[in-house]
Amino acid sequence: MSDVPSAHPDSASGSAAPALVSDQEREELRRQGILLTKMEDLYNWGRSNSVWPLNFGLACCAIEMIAASMARFDISRFGSEVYRPSPRQADLLIVSGTVTKKMAPQVIRLWNQMPEPKYCIAMGACAISGGPFKQGYNVLKGIDRFIPVDIYIPGCPPRPEALLNGLIALQEKIRGQHLTGPNAPRHLRADDRCEYPVPEFGAHDLEPPANPEVFQPPTIVRTEK
Amino acid sequence: MSLFPAPSPSGVSVRPVNDEFHGDLLEISMGPHHPSTHGVFRMQVTLDGETIVKLKPVFGYLHRNHEKLGENTTYLASMPYTDRLDYLNSMTNNWAYAIAVEKLAGQPVPERAEYLRIILAELTRLLNHTCLAGFLLQDSGAMGTPLMYAFREREKILELFEALSGSRMMCNFQRFGGCRVDASPAWLAAAQGVVDAYGSFLDEFEALLTGNEILMARTQGTGVLTPQLAINASVTGPLLRATGVDYDIRKVDAYGLYSRFNFRVPLGAHGDTYDRYMIRILEMRESIKILQQALRELPAGPVMDPKAKLRGFRPKAGEAYGRIEGPKGEIGFYLISDGSPNPYRYRVRPPSFVNLTILEDMCLGQTIADAVIILGSVDIVLGEVDR
Amino acid sequence: METLEQLRDRLLARFPGAEVTLVTNPGAAAQHSLLLGASQAREIACFLRDDPALQLDYCSNVTGIDWPDKEIVETTKTTVPDPAGGPAKVVEQKTKRLQPGYLEAVYHLYSMALKHGPVILRLRTANRTDQANVPSLTPVWRGCEFQEREAFDLFGIVFTGHPDLRRILMWDEFKDFPMRKDYVEPDDYEWEPTPHGGVLEKAAKHYPVAATPPADTPPAPPAPEGKQP
Repeated sequence: MSDVPSAHPDSASGSAAPALVSDQEREELRRQGILLTKMEDLYNWGRSNSVWPLNFGLACCAIEMIAASMARFDISRFGSEVYRPSPRQADLLIVSGTVTKKMAPQVIRLWNQMPEPKYCIAMGACAISGGPFKQGYNVLKGIDRFIPVDIYIPGCPPRPEALLNGLIALQEKIRGQHLTGPNAPRHLRADDRCEYPVPEFGAHDLEPPANPEVFQPPTIVRTEK
Repeated sequence: MSLFPAPSPSGVSVRPVNDEFHGDLLEISMGPHHPSTHGVFRMQVTLDGETIVKLKPVFGYLHRNHEKLGENTTYLASMPYTDRLDYLNSMTNNWAYAIAVEKLAGQPVPERAEYLRIILAELTRLLNHTCLAGFLLQDSGAMGTPLMYAFREREKILELFEALSGSRMMCNFQRFGGCRVDASPAWLAAAQGVVDAYGSFLDEFEALLTGNEILMARTQGTGVLTPQLAINASVTGPLLRATGVDYDIRKVDAYGLYSRFNFRVPLGAHGDTYDRYMIRILEMRESIKILQQALRELPAGPVMDPKAKLRGFRPKAGEAYGRIEGPKGEIGFYLISDGSPNPYRYRVRPPSFVNLTILEDMCLGQTIADAVIILGSVDIVLGEVDR
Repeated sequence: METLEQLRDRLLARFPGAEVTLVTNPGAAAQHSLLLGASQAREIACFLRDDPALQLDYCSNVTGIDWPDKEIVETTKTTVPDPAGGPAKVVEQKTKRLQPGYLEAVYHLYSMALKHGPVILRLRTANRTDQANVPSLTPVWRGCEFQEREAFDLFGIVFTGHPDLRRILMWDEFKDFPMRKDYVEPDDYEWEPTPHGGVLEKAAKHYPVAATPPADTPPAPPAPEGKQP
């Protein structure tokens, strides 16, 4: 158990109470075979090192996602090689490619079916904003219109290294979270909503075209000069 | 009436009715999220026990409005979109589009560019067929290993593409009247190295798979397609040639400079899944021959026609249909110009979309597990099926 | 292979009363086509497939084209003699004529047996609204099945005799035909850093004062609802 990470700098500085045990004392205890850590660190360590992605490819980025799991890039170095075909067993939804309006309800349904704790990576320009296909009549302008996204990876498609970088960023984000307070993971907060509404197919567009609880369109502040 | 009716003339035994002995028919929806559907493809399958009695493909989950976007942008601006059609084979998509526009505008291409296009197209064919073989084996239950081998080789070819065009997958390399940049001698030497080593990789791959008893048991005799049906259903590419029909656009149209090259068109005899696998392996062997010849004979000269115009490109009013033999079949572009900078009509003839016409015919009477490998052997990419 | 003129004459001799017109292509490709009337289109297609000299057994590409109503301005010059006896005046008269729109289905045929082609067939609908139907050629070439469904989905061309004419790419509840030239997509414009072309027009509609944001202005944080500019 010697590879339990020390407290993350964010979490150490963020806690209000002064540390009861100094790092030196903790290190001394560890040499004696006594592991002293915080529940929070242990919980975050466990969560961050076994992020199992959903085996879910949408478009071009999915090929690079597969390439990331192959021998050269070897995503298993980060504990994420276990691609699960079922959303019930997965922790991470990598939205790898263009989300069309026809596909969006299915993506949201998959997200609803995943158990907490769960994370979402928007991989590639299309998943972020519609990308090159943004002006298409059947293209959703970003999956963050319907579900919360943790990490955005730009690129068209992002290289496998970029996906690994995004995964590391996600792990750092997980390690920086607290069990209580405003920086708690989504599922530990009281205001967490477990299910996100699934839009329906309308006569011209999805109904509704976005979930206002998750997404507000950015607006421009016009400066009078 | 016998319990098991005689096979229909097409060799398919389908039992469409359910009596008290057989129980209910089961309707399942495979996809759009399914690990074996190669993306967001969906099959509405009706099963009697394990046997498929009805199968309807459902499309559109990756319909990205390629044609509408192509009509709203200039001719040149559609080139990067073609990369994203069949995202494994951006180089051949580029070429098909360039050929269509060159036909529309009467634009000649210099000889070195034609050679370079052939080199890149055949490398793409190697890449596609290798990945397809890996995915096919993944679908038939060999989890991981064949795909790992395939992606190892894919990375080598992608390195070449990246060195030449700046991007691994979305190369955006061809232009109307030539290629964007020239290949350096170092690049050609690297390509020669990859091509020289590819034959031994294929030997290794085949030693693992081709004679494998499990693979043969799974694929031989499954998903049989007759040549008559294949022709009538506009099937093209390796899927057609596996049925024994000799139709390769590289030979028929002899576009580019393919008439100068010495290669054979492998043909299947049974039209089953195993033949479709073998055809691809044999095509890769022929591609290596073409590549060796092209790299040996590559002439000097410009790679871009000096009179070619890219910015402000406005072809005269008219229409043209240009097609090439892509790794998945005939990929064509149909363009109508009204003299403006944007095409009036921009149409992609997608090979794998049309090839899916006969998916139901191949799957009827087979088990649900075979439907997965039959679909795998059709070789679809959803970016191109739905566009 | 015979020329398209010869083929047209042969078809007219074989099918008396059929409408077969040659549509020339002025472009460099010079791929001319045959426009078929709806009445005998399927019989002609069968003939093209089975004729031993043609054997067009392979229908490669099927697509729709939208030709909306077009206003054509014709200028006619008439010479009016001056009643006073002076030189005759030339009066230009402009007449506007509305060319009714139609939808067109285009088929590219090749022969796998004889390895020639393409022969291009065109079918036209009577108008774009209530009579947007042409005969389906799926009974002749099975390969048309999905592509005709696609033309139905995106253009609204109704192929009579198609075995399974449903929407294929869009969802079933969808009402519009998005590939038509007059399709209006749902208004969900979103701020973009570099709008141009048609996107700039949309941006101008949404932000009437400044069509493009000043370069030094970052996008504001999400505004509360109802406070959009």
